[in-house]
Parts: sequence; C-alpha cells; structure tokens
Amino acid sequence: MKATSVWLLHGANIQPLFYKGHLCLTKPSAARSKTAFSHSPRPMWQYIILRLYLCSAEYPDLRKHNNCMASHLTPAIYAKLCDKATPNGYTLDLAIQTGVDNPGHPFIKTVGMVAGDEESYEVFGDLLDPVIKERHNGYDPRTMKHPTDLDASKIHSANFDPRYVLSSRVRTGRSIRGLSLPPACTRAERREVERVVVDALAGLKDDLQGKYYSLTQMTDQEQQQLIDDHFLFDKPVSPLLTCAGMARDWPDARGIWHNNEKTFLVWVNEEDHTRVISMEKGGNMKRVFERFCKGLKEVEHLIQEKGWEFMWNERLGYILTCPSNLGTGLRAGVHVKLPLLSKDPRLNKILDNLRLQKRGTGGVDTAAVGGIFDISNLDRLGLSEVHLVQTVVDGVNYLIECEKRLEKGQDIKVPPPLKQFK
Amino acid sequence: MERRENRMRRFLLFSRGLIDEALQQIGELPDKKYGGVGIATMTKNCHNDYKMKFSVDEEFPDLSLHNNHMAKVLTKEIYGKLRGKSTPSGFTVDDVIQTGVDNPGHPFIMTVGCVAGDEESYEVFKDLLDPIISDRHGGYKPTDKHKTDLNFENLKGGDDLDPNYVLSSRVRTGRSIKGFTLPPHNSRGERRGIEKLSIEALASLDGEFKGKYYPLNGMTEAEQDLLIKDHFLFDKPVSPLLTCAGMARDWPDGRGIWHNNNKTFLVWVNEEDHLRVISMQLGGNMKEVFKRFCTGLQKIEEIFKKHNHGFMWNEHLGYILTCPSNLGTGLRGGVHVKLPKLSTHAKFEEILTRLRLQKRGTGGVDTASVGGVFDISNADRLGSSEVAQVQLVVDGVKLMVEMEKKLEKGESIDGMIPAQK
Repeated sequence: MKATSVWLLHGANIQPLFYKGHLCLTKPSAARSKTAFSHSPRPMWQYIILRLYLCSAEYPDLRKHNNCMASHLTPAIYAKLCDKATPNGYTLDLAIQTGVDNPGHPFIKTVGMVAGDEESYEVFGDLLDPVIKERHNGYDPRTMKHPTDLDASKIHSANFDPRYVLSSRVRTGRSIRGLSLPPACTRAERREVERVVVDALAGLKDDLQGKYYSLTQMTDQEQQQLIDDHFLFDKPVSPLLTCAGMARDWPDARGIWHNNEKTFLVWVNEEDHTRVISMEKGGNMKRVFERFCKGLKEVEHLIQEKGWEFMWNERLGYILTCPSNLGTGLRAGVHVKLPLLSKDPRLNKILDNLRLQKRGTGGVDTAAVGGIFDISNLDRLGLSEVHLVQTVVDGVNYLIECEKRLEKGQDIKVPPPLKQFK
Repeated sequence: MERRENRMRRFLLFSRGLIDEALQQIGELPDKKYGGVGIATMTKNCHNDYKMKFSVDEEFPDLSLHNNHMAKVLTKEIYGKLRGKSTPSGFTVDDVIQTGVDNPGHPFIMTVGCVAGDEESYEVFKDLLDPIISDRHGGYKPTDKHKTDLNFENLKGGDDLDPNYVLSSRVRTGRSIKGFTLPPHNSRGERRGIEKLSIEALASLDGEFKGKYYPLNGMTEAEQDLLIKDHFLFDKPVSPLLTCAGMARDWPDGRGIWHNNNKTFLVWVNEEDHLRVISMQLGGNMKEVFKRFCTGLQKIEEIFKKHNHGFMWNEHLGYILTCPSNLGTGLRGGVHVKLPKLSTHAKFEEILTRLRLQKRGTGGVDTASVGGVFDISNADRLGSSEVAQVQLVVDGVKLMVEMEKKLEKGESIDGMIPAQK
C-alpha cells in the first residue's frame, strides 16, 4: 500500500527512496515534509513496526515456490535488505524477480535470483551467501577461498579414444569489471562491453585470429553459416532469463566472435558479458583446454592494456550473472558414445560419485540420442579449473573403460565417491 | 527452522491488518484528503542518475528496424530532454519505451510501443507521449478536451439488433485507481492494495450486481474449470508486448476475477490495467448491455471515491490507462455478428472504415474470423464519448446486418454505402 506508507513516512519525517515503484527506507531526513501534520521523532519500536509493516506488504508469496531463493528468503532477510541498493541502483526486488515469477519445478531446483552487478554479491550477501552455499555443495563464501588455476600443462591423460568421444568442449564466462551485468545493464553499458571485448579479440593472433559478427549487422549469408556451424545463439525465450531482464533491447550490442579455425568462440552479451568456448571434434581435451587457457589469458592481457579487467575476487572467483556459475564458471565436457553403459542402471550412481552430470546432446534439458551423452563437471565453485577438467578427464576415462568392459561382457564397478572440498 | 519462518510469515501477513487499525487509532493516518502519490519531495531514482553519466548517443536505442508509434516519434532530442526526468514514483523514459524497443513491430500492424507507469507519466513525458497520442488517436491535440458521457439514456436504439445475426454483445473498458502506480511499475504491495480495495468495492454491490471474487492464487480446481468454460478466466500474459513492459511480474499475486451471479458483469483485477470492466450477454440487446455497464461502473466508482481512491481521469485524456491506445473512454463496445457475405464483399473494409469500426476474429485481437462470424467494435477511444462510440457500433452493425440481408437476396448494396462518419 504505497500511498498509505508514504503518508506514514512523511509523518515520521523519513525521506522515502523509490526505485521502480519499490519503497526504500533511508535515514530520517532533517527537512520537514510539506504536508499538514507534523510529528516529533517516534519511539524506536514504532520505526521497527513501520519497517516490518512496509516490508510485509511487499514480501513475495513464495508458498508454491521451489527454488534456492525461496528457500532462503525469510521475512527477516527481506526486511533487512528491501531498502538497500547497490551503487548502480540495483535492488533486492530486481534480483529476486526471476525467482518470484518462476516458481520452479518439483524436480529441478533453480537458483531463482541473479546479480545485477558485482556489488550485488556484497550488498545482498545475507541472501546470496546461503543460496551459494546450497547451490555449490556447502561452499561457504564467508569463510572459504576459491582457487583459480589456468595452467593447462597440469592436465594429463586427456586424449580420448575418438571411437567413443565424438567432441570435446570447455566453456566459461567472464564479466568486465566496472560495467553492470546483463539483468541491469543500460544500453550504453552493453555497447561498451561489446566495444571492449571486440577490441580485445581483434588483437588475437595465429590460431586464435578471427572475426566478429554483430547480431544487428550480419548478412543473411553469415547468419546461415553460423547456424550451420551451430554457433548462432537466439534471443532467450526461457522465462528464467527473460524475467530477469536479460533479453532487453535485443539484439542491440549482441554478437558472436570466432577464430578462423572455428575452435574458439566468444558470445557477447548473451546471458553474461562474455561466454568463452573452446571446442573441437574428437577426443583431444588437452588441446581444447590448452587453447581455452591461452585464449582467456591473452584476452585478459589485451583488455588490461586498455585499463579494463575481469570481475574476480578470492571469495567467489569469477563473478557472473547467475550464482550457479560463480567460481570457475566452467563446464568442461564431451559428447561420448556409451550405448551399453547408458542402459546400465548404475550409470547415475557412477556419474554422481565421479562428480559428473549428463545431458542430452542438445544441451541442458534435452534427452540423449543414440546412447550419446554430454558428460560434464557438476561443480563450479571451490575447485580450480585444472582440478575440474582433470575430474572430467578421469571420469570420462573411467566411463570409457566401463563401456569397453561391458563390450567384452565383463562386469563394471561403481567407483567410490570423490572427496569434496570440505 | 522452517516452521518458525512460516509462522513468522503468517504473523507478518496477519499483523499488517492489525497495524493498520492501530495506526488509525493513534491518529497516525492523516486526513484522507492528503492521499495520493502527488506529495512532493518523493524520489531519487539512483539507477537513472547512474545512467546519466553516459551520453545521449551512447544510450539512445537502435530503432532502425522498428515500426511502432514510439519509434516514429522518438528522436535523440526528445530522448535527451526526457532522460533526466522521472515521475514521483521513479518511472523513467527508458521504462516507458522498453516494450517498444524490445518489440520492433510488424510491417502491417502499428503497435504503440510505449506504456505509462503512473498517472504522472502522461505529464512528465508529454513531449514523447503527446505526438504518439496524436498519431494513434486521429490527430488529437494536446489542447483538446475529451468528453465523458456514461449516461446510458443518451443511447438511441440498440435494443433491436437482429439476434439471428448478432450472436452476442459486449462492452468493456478499463479503470485505474488513483494513488497507485500502473501495472508496468507497481510493486507487490501496491498490487495487493489495489486487489484489497477492489474486493471491498465489489463486495458491496447488490441486486443484479451481486457477485463473487475469485483470486487467481486461491481458486479451487472446480472454480477454475467453470471460469474457463464461461470464457472468463484470463491467463498470464504471453504477448511480449505486455511481458517486456513488466506487466506479468509476480504472477499470479494480486490478480483475480470477479463476476456477478448472472454472469453478465465481469471485472478483471490487475491484468493489463488495474481494473477491466466488462458487461456482456448473448443476443443483440446492446442497449441493456450498455445500461448495465454504465450503472455498474458508476456504482463501483462511488465506492472507490469514498475510500479516497477514485479513478484516474482528467479532462484532456479522459480515463488514464496503461496503454496510450486505451485513453479517453478505454471503451471497446462490440458484437459477434454473422456476416459471411458482407465480409467477402470488395467494399467491406471501406464500409468499416467509414463507419469508424474495426473487425477482429472471435478469439479477440489478432485472431481470424471463423465461419464468417466477426467481432465488430468501435475503432475510436479518445476524442468522443462512451455514448457516441457505442452509438456508432449500434448504428453501424444495424446497417451491416441490413446489407447482409440484401446480399443474401442477391441484391446490390451500392446504394447503402455510408458516408465517412
């Protein structure tokens, strides 16, 4: 009841702060309001009641919700954070809007909130920290540190049998420090991200040399080629993304860059500032990861030359829009043919213990076709890139071993669970 | 831990009502006449201030592929002038145009491409909205005055449309409640406030208007099935024109449907506008439909006024609604009419234009007609009164039915083509 609350506030001499129609309480202002009534400052209990009243009127109805945000957003936390905003003006209501609008699925637990900028993870820490802890298997951002390691030489045994592994791929995201993230960025900021990134990518050489295709300016021919290569990304239709405001002003300042050999690809301004993908056909994950690390380091170097840097801190690693992608933001995976193993009822347990997840070859939420799976790491935060890639490598090697044994009619064993970081 | 939180949740929702009473008793709620968002020294929109550090060129949207009213009117000059402003509740020009930027439009259909977030939007952003209003509403000038006439007795005829052709009659409009911001902008608390007020107002109706409210969040399966069968239930908006403007946020919180026991008077709460009021019945007695419409609206308005939350209205723009296309009367009065022969006549479109009418399929806007049955309604909203607009429908449909009958007999209708109204 905003009208009512405004009367009350003016009586209390509190200057109300609004953003997107949401009420934010600030310190009592010295100036008198222009309304007819005047009051001396209230006793503290009345401020507390007022605050609870105003916030309870705004508290979302989460009774039918099943996402991480709904599990952790108590009325107390809401009351504490509802009047806060990051320096750019991003508020709690904006951060949780996607979770309010998308109650979730009884089987899949989505995160239900996003960050609008780097500071969101600080300002809304009271909500984000428990959400991160739940999503990342108990990683506590308040006490733990995230290791970053992009030294590809440490990876071993990563050249798979191409009769089983059809393709290998590593992806991550990077955000440009100083610019808001896709849920909150203005058109100018988004264009700035595009400018900074495209500038840097233009400086890549040798096997990484490539070209940028802006979504607004590509020719029909270029578009068709990108579709045939399976590189083109579409305007998001998932309500998880659209309700968070990530599709605004589409396709302004969005585009795709890839190297001439089509093994290193960068998406600009899709779900994150950048999504960096290294891939190739066959099983040479070592080479894929080497290119991945080399490319990332060179891009980072190139933007640093111009005075920019990636968002990173030692609590949360690389900062991305969705809390589920914090840390490494890395998903390293293969498309692997496991027709016999796919029918084995122990597959899910094996994958669980190896800290791997399976998807269909169309990506998340698709089914496997012809016994071909997309196998990738489950974890993102709390373990380094090298560690996660090695986990995938070891896991895939184990799965191929199992498949070979099943081919020979031998039995397979469920491996013991891998140790977690805690 | 979970149980404690749930108890706390319930306590807070319950105490909301108690605190209201308590504060009233200790005299904290001021005189009603100081209600409303118009109070000075309201806002500081930090996000918009942050945006100002970028130049107009950097922020101006790319409208090169766009075909909507907003894109035709918005220039860098206008954008530069308005971007530093915001309404008292914090709505900015970027908020106004977002839906138009995200939806370039269709080469054949011209959408409006902007919305208002509150009553003040039409003032603060008049440099942008006035030309759009003029384009959309046939040259309506910023100095023009809009006439409101909800006196059903001024309607001539309308009770004798041939029910063999006119299958049903319907009049709808929208109303916004003063003191609250509009659906693109309002918060959960406001939306719930609007719902609460609406329930109170509608619960006090009696006679032919006695009815019941069904909140979207709380209806039973049985109630839901019946509402669907009656074609009353509205869905979460899927049209990107609405979702990009933020009208589907927090669905279905604070939304619901009220209808009278006779199922002839229906109110939608918090869909695209605060209230959508619909009067309808089978057959061609538009006079009765319009009478019920006017009477019901006036009753509801009285009750809202008593709570010091009357409807948003001014003498320039009439009734204020979310979409500029619905300003003025916000009225769409129409019939479902069988015109299989007339609709295939070469001059059908021209006849409609001259009669100031528009056609739609029976599924509503953007649907095709089925079995030669069309939804025919008034094209105008702003610049003429409710009575005048319904009169056009009544007269126009009567004429078209006569034309249909003539064509059935194999006769020509060339002598009946009307002059431009």
